[in-house]
Amino acid sequence: MLCDVCKCNDATVFLTQILEGKMQKVNLCDACSKEKGVQDPTGFALADLLLGIGAAEEIEKGAPSQKCPVCGFTQADFKKTGRLGCSVCYVTFAEGLGSLLKAMHKGTEHIGKLPQRAYREIELGDRMRALAQDLEKAVAEENYENAAALRDKIKQLEHEKVI
Amino acid sequence: MKFANIMSTGGEWLRGEGPHHQIVISSRVRLARNLKQRAFPGWAKKAERTQILELIKPRVEELPEMQDSFSELLQDLSALEKQVLVERHLISREHAAKSVGSAVIMNRRQTLSIMVNEEDHLRMQSIRSGLQLKSAFKLVDKVDSTLESKLDFAYDARLGYLTACPTNVGTGMRASAMLHLPGLVLSEMINQVIQAVNKIGLAVRGLYGEGTEAMGNLFQISNQTTLGEKEDEIVNRLSKVIETIIEKEHDARQMLIQKKSNTLWDQIGRAYGVLTFAHAMTSKEALNLLSIIKLGVDLGAFPEDRRLPIDELFIDTQPAHLQKSSQQKLNAEERDHLRAQIIRDRLRVFPKPDISKVARESENGSSPEPQTNE
Ligand SMILES: [Zn+2]
Ligand SMILES: [Zn+2]
Repeated sequence: MLCDVCKCNDATVFLTQILEGKMQKVNLCDACSKEKGVQDPTGFALADLLLGIGAAEEIEKGAPSQKCPVCGFTQADFKKTGRLGCSVCYVTFAEGLGSLLKAMHKGTEHIGKLPQRAYREIELGDRMRALAQDLEKAVAEENYENAAALRDKIKQLEHEKVI
Repeated sequence: MKFANIMSTGGEWLRGEGPHHQIVISSRVRLARNLKQRAFPGWAKKAERTQILELIKPRVEELPEMQDSFSELLQDLSALEKQVLVERHLISREHAAKSVGSAVIMNRRQTLSIMVNEEDHLRMQSIRSGLQLKSAFKLVDKVDSTLESKLDFAYDARLGYLTACPTNVGTGMRASAMLHLPGLVLSEMINQVIQAVNKIGLAVRGLYGEGTEAMGNLFQISNQTTLGEKEDEIVNRLSKVIETIIEKEHDARQMLIQKKSNTLWDQIGRAYGVLTFAHAMTSKEALNLLSIIKLGVDLGAFPEDRRLPIDELFIDTQPAHLQKSSQQKLNAEERDHLRAQIIRDRLRVFPKPDISKVARESENGSSPEPQTNE
């Protein structure tokens, strides 16, 4: 039997885990089991490994020939490692990752902690969107004085965002 | 702090003083974080990894929690030293394989350990004795809040913290506890428990070895998913499930005392006999027998003050700890001899199992355990 990861060596480590009622099996060669930390009592999660393998096929469907503009990562690399190249990869491969994350996790949206600066950015974004709407309305109503004031405000917020 | 200090001061969690410490050996919470727009460690070239390390390491070292810390580049640690850290759960096996461009920083109490450039740029872990997931989370959460003001962490408003592996995205949090469940194993109820826990999206696995063939009857239970659930919800859910497992383990032990006492005393007596007189012992055999002695202490067959020496043997008989203490590289056969010798030495002053004590204990219900403060 061949190793599920490298697909070239003979598998010597056979693992089974019951995850959410489903039995999952994976066969690994010596080298891959070491590399994946399977013998590691602290870091190993069979699910990670399994999902990593299944993930490659899923992501392939979504992004046939894309390359991450920041780190140069491709879907072929994902297939090899089961890991992404950088944080921007989540945008690059968003389409394929969507269904994958849905299958993997409890929900599709994060509802926990975020860095403080994230809240500031989100709030800033909301305010700018509201101002842009007001601006559009002011222009449509030919209320140019108001429009000019709104434009200034937006510029000011953009400046804040850069900082 | 030097490596020698780590060897001599067994980490706080090894002393086993936390709530429910008889059954819950340790609680751990780790957070994964990455820098924005930087290649993850597995994809970054050596130069970029080193750059990232130089950005992160000073920020970690200046944390108030890291006063008097041990901070080492991975290439400056010997293979044996790395292995000792793995056996103490202070770094992952994956991290131990790293060299240039990776580091580990931990506090003196060994309750906080931060890996730089493991699978993610930052893996921050808090480890406590007994069932203390909440306080473990509190510590690592505080460290994260301090670091986020100095480092630009990668996140997405919808997906949360972005990690190298999509299985960690969202909270980037893995909370886990190491449980000692000899009662459930001996009464053959462990599979039922594992299946029930798996059904609610938590993972259980043998700590050493796999599945139900867990060596030393040690099991690790952790959250499986990280997206769509808040950190404190995950921690609460896990804590509740662990409390239920603790009850089941107590029930199983009572059942063994009442219905299978002959088997139970036979196991304890044999474990005592073999550990006291054997001259060669594999790591697996040692863990399995020590587990039975530990159960004996829990049940009152051995005096309470014998608990610590047994708990320490669980770690001290691991391969790297053996070699580190003997100051030399040993082959498997030599390790097995040394292991048996260390165990014999420590058990020399160990009294014989006293079954009469257990009968009295069981009449008063299960042995008293401190209430969890969580
Ligand atoms: Zn392989
Ligand atoms: Zn990328």
